[in-house]
Amino acid sequence: MIDVLYFAWVRERIGLPRERLETSAATVADLVAELMAREDRYAAAFADVSALRVALDQELASFAAPLKGVREVAFFPPMTGG
Amino acid sequence: MRVRIQSAPFDYGAECAGFGLGGAGVGAVVTFLGVVRDDRGGLSRMEIEHYPGMTEKAIAAMAEEAVGRWSLADVLVIHRHGTLQPGEPIMMVATAARHRKAAFAAAEFLMDYLKSRAPFWKKEIGADGAEWVAAKDEDEDALGRW
Repeated sequence: MIDVLYFAWVRERIGLPRERLETSAATVADLVAELMAREDRYAAAFADVSALRVALDQELASFAAPLKGVREVAFFPPMTGG
Repeated sequence: MRVRIQSAPFDYGAECAGFGLGGAGVGAVVTFLGVVRDDRGGLSRMEIEHYPGMTEKAIAAMAEEAVGRWSLADVLVIHRHGTLQPGEPIMMVATAARHRKAAFAAAEFLMDYLKSRAPFWKKEIGADGAEWVAAKDEDEDALGRW
């Protein structure tokens, strides 16, 4: 099981802040493909992954990164702090 | 070194008073205050979302790097989340070092990293609706100088 978190407009588009999933995805990109195949709202949120960032266990990562051993995946737009 | 992420307002003057003072070898203190700006007019409020857990870790890592690179005697970062009004303080950074150049550089480094690497997202709510603030290329480019 893996916890998947969504922030900002990704959260709004998908319609929930987090969910717990059973997945066999090997990489972040595989997980995105699985999610996009589920429902239109996921397909809309992940339509342009170049506009998104991903964190694995609260560290920024790439979409090619493996998911083995990861407990928490977060998807969000580029950050706008400060 | 202190990092505080909070929804409550903070008192910039009180935070600055005494910051970095009393430490041996401190010759310079730089403080920076970020304020909610109404760019286009008509901003009624700003909502700041963040990623609890990652936010604290990411900023603590930045602060530790700044302490190491500029031999800081102390560093303070406060960043708010939740609902803020135009003109309200959003965040502050304070650095204490031996010399002015190190204190300024460390504060700028922290500001540049907070903008693009701390997991905060700003949403502007105005008379004409709500909009997520888009990240700027120049903010990402600013990281290149460090």
